[in-house]
Amino acid sequence: MKVHEYQSKQILKKYNAPLLQGIPCTTAEEVEKAAEKFGRSVVKSQIYAGGRGKGTVYNEPELKTVSLDGGVKLASSPQEAREYAECMLGKYLQTVQTGNEGKQVNTIYIEDCCNIESEYYFSILLDRSVAAPMVMVSTEGGMDIEEVAEESPEKIFKLHFNPLTGLADHQARLLAYQLGLKGGQIRNFIKTAKILVKAYLDTDSDLLEVNPLVLTTEDDFMVLDSKMTFDDNALYRHPEIAKLRDKSEEDPAEVEAIDNNLAFVKLEGNIGCMVNGAGLAMATVDAVSIFGKEFNAAPANFLDVGGGANAEKVKLAFRIILNDPSVDAILVNIFGGIMKCDVIAEGVLQAVREMELHIPLIVRLAGTNVEEGKKMIAESGLKVIAAEDLPDGCLKAAKAAAEYRKGAK
Amino acid sequence: MSVLVDKSTKLVCQGLTGKSGSFHANQMLEYGTNLIGGVSPGKGGTNWKANSGDEKPIWNTVKEAVAAGANASVVFVPPPFAADAILESIEAGIKLIVTITEWIPVKDMLEVKHALKYNDAVLIGPNCPGIITPGECKIGIMPGFIHKPGTVGVVSRSGTMTYEAVNQTTQVGLGQSTCIGIGGDPVKGLDFIDCLKLFQDDPNTKQILMLGEIGGDSEERACEFIKNHVTKPVAGFIAGTHAPEGKRLGHAGAIVQGSCGTAKAKLEAMASAGITIAENTNDLGNAVLRASGK
Repeated sequence: MKVHEYQSKQILKKYNAPLLQGIPCTTAEEVEKAAEKFGRSVVKSQIYAGGRGKGTVYNEPELKTVSLDGGVKLASSPQEAREYAECMLGKYLQTVQTGNEGKQVNTIYIEDCCNIESEYYFSILLDRSVAAPMVMVSTEGGMDIEEVAEESPEKIFKLHFNPLTGLADHQARLLAYQLGLKGGQIRNFIKTAKILVKAYLDTDSDLLEVNPLVLTTEDDFMVLDSKMTFDDNALYRHPEIAKLRDKSEEDPAEVEAIDNNLAFVKLEGNIGCMVNGAGLAMATVDAVSIFGKEFNAAPANFLDVGGGANAEKVKLAFRIILNDPSVDAILVNIFGGIMKCDVIAEGVLQAVREMELHIPLIVRLAGTNVEEGKKMIAESGLKVIAAEDLPDGCLKAAKAAAEYRKGAK
Repeated sequence: MSVLVDKSTKLVCQGLTGKSGSFHANQMLEYGTNLIGGVSPGKGGTNWKANSGDEKPIWNTVKEAVAAGANASVVFVPPPFAADAILESIEAGIKLIVTITEWIPVKDMLEVKHALKYNDAVLIGPNCPGIITPGECKIGIMPGFIHKPGTVGVVSRSGTMTYEAVNQTTQVGLGQSTCIGIGGDPVKGLDFIDCLKLFQDDPNTKQILMLGEIGGDSEERACEFIKNHVTKPVAGFIAGTHAPEGKRLGHAGAIVQGSCGTAKAKLEAMASAGITIAENTNDLGNAVLRASGK
């Protein structure tokens, strides 16, 4: 789960992480009032995606006219802060991470300024290859870390730590020396690094990124920008963090799926996919992309209905898929194991009857009792197209979608 | 011969009295697995009744199950308590722990991994279908009857993809020696390399089928291992070639971040290791045939 920058800072504050004073605001008036506390202030739009400073704010979701260049601005007066806020609030911020669309800015974080001596990169994440958490630091603060990794990997330092005991003093000290810190800077770095690691472990975070972590002219470290994401599986033990979930930042269909324990990801195409099992669902998305190409068809979503596909689950999945107006056909790909194909076919047919599905439905079944399942579909009298195998299902779905689109026009 | 499980495996089920534990315990018994009982704290001393009418003892602790002869365990315990159940089995001296439970917090699994460093127990999973040696022993939730004793060693990160592979290797007449579902989580027990070692050393395994997906680098590391240590024919498949970057597709482990974990990198690694790559999910059985020159 993601949270906004200001929320991650509110969490870090509980661990006494070094932070500048800041105030989240939702109106231009609030922004002006907040900025009065600081004189000079930084006006930061709050969306989930990164790259905000270099992004562009547009007036409309179609990204036609520019409202402001940059989603993070330094304001020299409260009036200027207000003017920036007016150009951001309710508008759409596009960054390298939002892709072709913009994210609406609903909250602005007004933050104090500090005197920066130098900037560093600091993050904590899981290193899957050794199944241990690690701290990653670099002297190239404020930069895109993937670019640094590509161009000057020698400037990145990584260190694994024990998840049970956290970061040891000597480990933090090693990182400090690698970053070229001196004297009191080292002491302050160790303190900050240990605080961040503790916050990461305590909250079941799966990524804590501070970029930049700045060294002030007073030799103090300051968390200037922070990003935290959390392990969805552990949210049950952090109700205060789970509460921060901002559903307005997510696709409504994905929200409904999550609320119902279905794995769903919206994609750009026109073929809705319903599959059992994550791996097979991924492979189905691949197959639709490959075999659908010649008919300009592409997968509209990834959807794993999980082990059993009964009528209730199929209906729910169909409803989520049909939320997307660009879907021209639905492809069902089920491997019947312990849940047999005839039982699944019955569930699909019942869902079709009850929902009065208006777009073509293509069903590919395999596994236990597959012949019985296919027979039931063929004899149902419903407009359900049976597919022999996955490539055949993809081709039939692509063709049916193209015909449906023509008919609809 | 087979890998990890056979007729001598004595299984205890942690969470046997729960809904899915009970359902799958019946399926395992019907397949012929020697399930000797279950552990459900608080219900020790009672009996669990199988569909067949047989009764199995319930213990409060895994320690009692080990005293009764258990040498393998299968975990159906809900996610908040699953890591603790695994740790209990490790400490009780169970040598093979198969964890079916999904949605276990990553931090809990890191603690389990830490404990495994000081122990010779083998963990499969979590979030996996389990392990099966066809005709001998099934520990997990896979549909037993699609399997057929044979020669292909199957290792996979995904459940239903494994079933597709099993179905097809059965249909092309090869059958399976042992199938291991290693699970879709980022922190897990056995990884591809561990399974490849087992298959390479198992005389019954004549071909290996490896089903990977996007995310992480374990397929790439496995390919390096295959280049240097595996002499048996290997076929492979990668799911997620058309997945968008930065999105988690069902499996927590299946996420592409930057240049790490892309399908392209994995397919290139497979090609350079001489693995026969299946073109789509329909081609899995035939890819194994091609790999073995048939």
